[in-house]
Amino acid sequence: MATDGPDHILLVGVNHKTAPVGIREKIALAAGADDSLTAFKGLPGCRECFLLSTCNRVEALWVGDGGDQAARDMTAFLFGDNLTENGADYLYRYEEAAAVHHLFTVASSLDSMVVGEAQILGQLKAAYRQAAAAGCVGAILNRLLPKSFTVAKRVRSETGIGLSTVSISYAAVELAKKIFGSLQGKNVLLIGAGEMAELAMTHLLNQKIAAVTVVNRTLAHAKELAGRFHGQAAALPELLARLETVDIVISSTGAAGLILLKENLVPVMRRRRNRPLFFIDIAVPRDLDPALNELENTYLYDIDDLGGVVEVNRGEREKEAVKAQLIVTEETEKFMAWRQNLALNPTILQLRRHVEEICAHELAKTTAKMPELSETNHASLERMLAAVAGKIVHAPLQYLKQQDGAGSERENKADVVRRVFGFDDESPAS
Amino acid sequence: MEQMTGALFDAVLAVAVLTAVAYLIFFIRQNSGLRHVARMLMMVSGVLQLLYIFARFSRLGAMPLTNPHEAVVFFACAATWAYLTFRWRYKVKNFGAFVSILVALLLALAALFSATFSPAPAISKTLWLPVHAGLSLAAYSFFSLAFCGGLMYLLQERELKGKHFGYFFSRLPSLDALDQLNSHCLAIGFILLTMGIVSGSLWLWQVHGVYWRWGEKEVSSALIWLVYLVQLHQRFTVGWRGKRAAAMAVIGFVVIVLTLMLVVTPSGGAGIHGN
Repeated sequence: MATDGPDHILLVGVNHKTAPVGIREKIALAAGADDSLTAFKGLPGCRECFLLSTCNRVEALWVGDGGDQAARDMTAFLFGDNLTENGADYLYRYEEAAAVHHLFTVASSLDSMVVGEAQILGQLKAAYRQAAAAGCVGAILNRLLPKSFTVAKRVRSETGIGLSTVSISYAAVELAKKIFGSLQGKNVLLIGAGEMAELAMTHLLNQKIAAVTVVNRTLAHAKELAGRFHGQAAALPELLARLETVDIVISSTGAAGLILLKENLVPVMRRRRNRPLFFIDIAVPRDLDPALNELENTYLYDIDDLGGVVEVNRGEREKEAVKAQLIVTEETEKFMAWRQNLALNPTILQLRRHVEEICAHELAKTTAKMPELSETNHASLERMLAAVAGKIVHAPLQYLKQQDGAGSERENKADVVRRVFGFDDESPAS
Repeated sequence: MEQMTGALFDAVLAVAVLTAVAYLIFFIRQNSGLRHVARMLMMVSGVLQLLYIFARFSRLGAMPLTNPHEAVVFFACAATWAYLTFRWRYKVKNFGAFVSILVALLLALAALFSATFSPAPAISKTLWLPVHAGLSLAAYSFFSLAFCGGLMYLLQERELKGKHFGYFFSRLPSLDALDQLNSHCLAIGFILLTMGIVSGSLWLWQVHGVYWRWGEKEVSSALIWLVYLVQLHQRFTVGWRGKRAAAMAVIGFVVIVLTLMLVVTPSGGAGIHGN
């Protein structure tokens, strides 16, 4: 009964710190979240699973069989056919308490490229809804994931980390200011009409920019997003023409390859009379040719580069991050205690059932020899036996339920009780 | 009188160096209290330079542009006042640090030349010579501001293109501000330079009866004028801006300094407008 072995929490992933954008591109699960989840759930030994894929990270969380085989299966699943010679070097792997700690850290935005940004919590919630809809979550993840949301909220309300919420879009604004001075009257072009494009606009909209144009492969989507910013929409073939009149370009399409090359831009820059053009590429895989940055008066930043900008004022938040780490650690301990109790529960149940069965058995044996026993007396005997049983199990239950002590000690407790009462037949104590 | 102007020059140099040091410390520490001090020192420095030039004027009875020392002091003074008036209209972050260092260097250079009063030659006592020299040096002062802005632009551009945000990223202004400074200084400087050349030509006509000679001074002025004409032309026709314009501002200024040295030194104390 391999699938009934003890549940193991295992987390495998990559993020912006462990892998450059080139590697992350390879595992961005473009196949569609539902298909990926189904494939993930189909791995042998998997009982619950959860997938989070954003442009900065991919996290695969698993509850099921532990051990190296599971981790290998997950790595193979993440990289698929794209597994390069040493793709596994970019992965991190956490188990049990460390996995819980990592998840809470991610949810609280402490592991984000931009520490304290709020986008990750929304992405986590969406991924949870998806996993729940696909029937991938069970008892453990149904507690762990909602718990991670409350941890994130606690971190947000008890530390100053969210106060000066800085995001990629904020970093983009700071950079744009170093290029253009003020952003007032500047024109912004969005390539791609996805959620990232919208998020990137949040800070820009406060900068009194002149107009927003949305260019998208599907014109209807472009129109929909442009409507929200009171901007214009255009189809993808118009891209080069539109580039002549804008100042800031934010690209976030789901295209598999580059959509703008250096040689496309050279004549555009000439027609612009070299007015500076600032490109922000937040798509993974990248949309814009990295060589664009070599052109004069053209500045190209991808999301890794933007992370470097935010690094500049990261120091201020470092202190708050320490406070936040303490909260995460505390909540991890609480969760692991809950896990331990869950592990104890079978022992507690078994203890109760064991004593109750003995009582019922002995009562039946005794009453069989006493046909004259009245109903009321029978009930009294039952009550007496229940009281005896309760008194016998009281002390062992208290012993099991005591919350102090580390995890291994609690496991020992369960073991001691099981041996004393001889629950495990093959155990030498019986 | 000589002693008095000598002491005044020492004061001018000391205050200019002090201003540069104050701006430099402000640049490193970014403490806004210090900026106020540095700005006041810059004003004092500008006033002292004017006083020094006026002292020499009253002693000479003519515009004090008779020797390299006076010319370089005038250059520094024009740069200081160009900066002060520029600052009044535009705000370019930490521009003062660069300009104050340039002014201090110019005044230190002036200290190397002899400050003795040479009797003003009769031919320089015409109206057009001081006008010509003053206009040309004022033009150079604007080009020197463009030079400072160009240096700052190149430093900031390197941070932005290289994507590692080091020491200068937060301390230097936006590329746009520096490019505007460039075009502003280039336009004013070019107008002044053109007027300087025209007045020089009028002076030549007054003294020698010709508008143009192929002397080393005339050739170097024409060279500088051409260098800036090309910049201006390219900027307004094909849109040379940004890094290229900044680099040109730096090169143009280097050409100015080189030709000034060439013209000034062989003639010794005879003055840049001798002959």
